[in-house]
Amino acid sequence: MTCKEFLALLDDLIDDSVSPEMRAELQTHLGKCGHCQVVFNTTRKTIEIYRSHEIYDLPAGLRDRLHAAIMARCKKGC
Amino acid sequence: MATIQSIAAENEPHPDVALVERVRAGDVSAYDTLVRKYERQIFRIAQHITQNREDAEDVMQDAFLKAYEKLEQFQGNSKFYTWLVRIAVNESLMRLRKRRTGKMVLIDEEIETEEGSVPRDLADWAPDPEQNYNQAELAEILRKTIQGLPPGFRIVFVLRDVEGLSTEETAETLGLSIPAVKSRLLRARLQLRERLSRYFHRKKGRPAASPKKTRTEK
Repeated sequence: MTCKEFLALLDDLIDDSVSPEMRAELQTHLGKCGHCQVVFNTTRKTIEIYRSHEIYDLPAGLRDRLHAAIMARCKKGC
Repeated sequence: MATIQSIAAENEPHPDVALVERVRAGDVSAYDTLVRKYERQIFRIAQHITQNREDAEDVMQDAFLKAYEKLEQFQGNSKFYTWLVRIAVNESLMRLRKRRTGKMVLIDEEIETEEGSVPRDLADWAPDPEQNYNQAELAEILRKTIQGLPPGFRIVFVLRDVEGLSTEETAETLGLSIPAVKSRLLRARLQLRERLSRYFHRKKGRPAASPKKTRTEK
């Protein structure tokens, strides 16, 4: 397997959507290729870091304003 | 062939279905529960698309109000959350078009960029790279980095990787084909990885993270 072929399947490996046979092939390539290992680990880390850090906090008071707006609609319509 | 168990699991109603039914029966407090459950996600999606705090606030409000009003139209053949996300994405794009008159934002346009398709930065990261920055610095780095992605890549990454939609749901929400979502996701992930590498390299000094520019938006 070449690095290019590995890269084409990188997402499938990360998302765990490869067959056991293909997974074994990809793992074999990873075992031999330091560069692809770095790309694989750091791409996984990239996703994890964005998933686990809140980068936009919910503004204070927004929920209350929304609640008031919903109640107003509700009084009119329900 | 589908087994009895798998059919039963598929037919298991999502907990939101009961909440939606209660709202339809006139129980507004059930809608509050749905709002609390998804407000953060909807605000984040709106902020990632509009890149503007005021717009994101308006979008969140409008999306939840619209969903409330249109609840009768919700068929239940998709999840309430993905239905809500679709409304929020449409509201965000509308807001963006209003703001940038004449400059259309096309999520489905082809993006010509080679950046990130071949990884260039191949140095490993520190074991826990985020430990080298305080929370405000890290949030600033993550914001700046993702804001630099082409909008069509950014939205796919956010829906798929941050908000947890499936490839199919992301494709449906954005009106893209599944191969288009897959190709954008790969390039988005690789571009973000490449850009974050600047900050997270092993055994390198911290780049100037300009702490005075960081804002704690608590």
